[in-house]
Amino acid sequence: MAEEVKLFGMWGSPFSRRIEIALKLKGVSYEYIEEDLQNKSPLLLKYNPVHKKVPVLLHNGKPIAESIVILEYIEETWKTNPIWPADPYERAIARFWAKFFDDKCGLAAWNACWAEEKEKEKAMEEASECLKTLEGELKDKKFFGGDKVGMVDIVAIFIAFWLRVLQEVVGADLLTPEKFPALFKWSEELVGCPIIKENLPPRDRLIILFRARLESSK
Amino acid sequence: MAEEVLLFGVGRSPFSGRVEMALKLKGVEYKYVEEDLANKSPSLLKYNPIHKKIPVLVHNGNPIVESQVILEYIDETWPGYPLLPKDPYERAIARFWAKFIDDKCLPAIFKAFYGEEKEREQAVEELSEFLNYLENELKEKKFFGGESIGMVDIVANLIFWLEAWEEASGTELLTREKFPRLTNWTHEFVSNTIVKESLFPRDKLVAFLRNRIGGPNVSK
Repeated sequence: MAEEVKLFGMWGSPFSRRIEIALKLKGVSYEYIEEDLQNKSPLLLKYNPVHKKVPVLLHNGKPIAESIVILEYIEETWKTNPIWPADPYERAIARFWAKFFDDKCGLAAWNACWAEEKEKEKAMEEASECLKTLEGELKDKKFFGGDKVGMVDIVAIFIAFWLRVLQEVVGADLLTPEKFPALFKWSEELVGCPIIKENLPPRDRLIILFRARLESSK
Repeated sequence: MAEEVLLFGVGRSPFSGRVEMALKLKGVEYKYVEEDLANKSPSLLKYNPIHKKIPVLVHNGNPIVESQVILEYIDETWPGYPLLPKDPYERAIARFWAKFIDDKCLPAIFKAFYGEEKEREQAVEELSEFLNYLENELKEKKFFGGESIGMVDIVANLIFWLEAWEEASGTELLTREKFPRLTNWTHEFVSNTIVKESLFPRDKLVAFLRNRIGGPNVSK
């Protein structure tokens, strides 16, 4: 039976783009299905009844949900171009950073940008702490994965691309070359990578999305 | 070099309990260090500078933190008893449910028992919903892992703590009527020899929780 890979995603979602990037880096062909999150398809609800979210990967009819779980599955199923470290200890470190990012950083950065005036300072501080921790982990490495883009880079790509667009729109200066030189340089390198840059959302479309949200929050 | 395995934990913590269970199932010799969370040791702070929490596993001097990250590491490092299935798809399903337990059930448990008065009712409702998902996932299996205990069962040790919380607070959530499969599962789980060794004595736990309700101090 020919292999069938489908991905239910949303063009602007960093979680959905993680999966696309991973599949493309591994040269896996897939069919992409764009979901309207205001009007979720019956298929999405069938394949992810618990969370009803994107991304969902469908491999030969079997659904997998939750982006990190999908990334683990992709690595175990398609062995070309490994994105995860080979060594169990280094893999544990990568899993730690992926979790740290998803549990703390991504949300902190997002909240800091959207925070109301009275909560802004505290939210910015929290987000800065997270970025400081990431900066410390990056040190003089080109990528979190070392010389090559790895899983943690793919997970943290929200910071490298989405955050930079968002902070411009809302007028926050969270990630700057002065405050976080290593992280800033990393963000430029990452979004400049050949396969990655072709699989990020169109910048101007993202700006429109964020601007619309900013307007409706006023 | 002789292998050195250290575990920094707290007896009453379900998270360090998980790691003990996994190490015992694999037959790994380890040295256990009980931490006083009100007075964390320099070693703990050195090995987990970011979160400063237990459990921390130190293998030949290398620290690993976060209970589920530790469980995956244990499974990959020591062969023998499998914590995760072999098949990649079944592994994905196991990881999905393990994540579900910590991402959804755990915060709901906290809010249900430690939250503000007005949040509690909604948290209990939410928790019921989440437990229903687990009930359905169990199907006719003895354990989430099938015939034997696997990673999802280990992560679901939270249910033992949930029952203790229920007793301590006089609430009834996990009843046989509403959750027959989970009730059976709990019985099988706590009867298992190895699990029994890794569980904190229930009466001590209930006494501790009775005192604590209103002031959480549990790490992840």
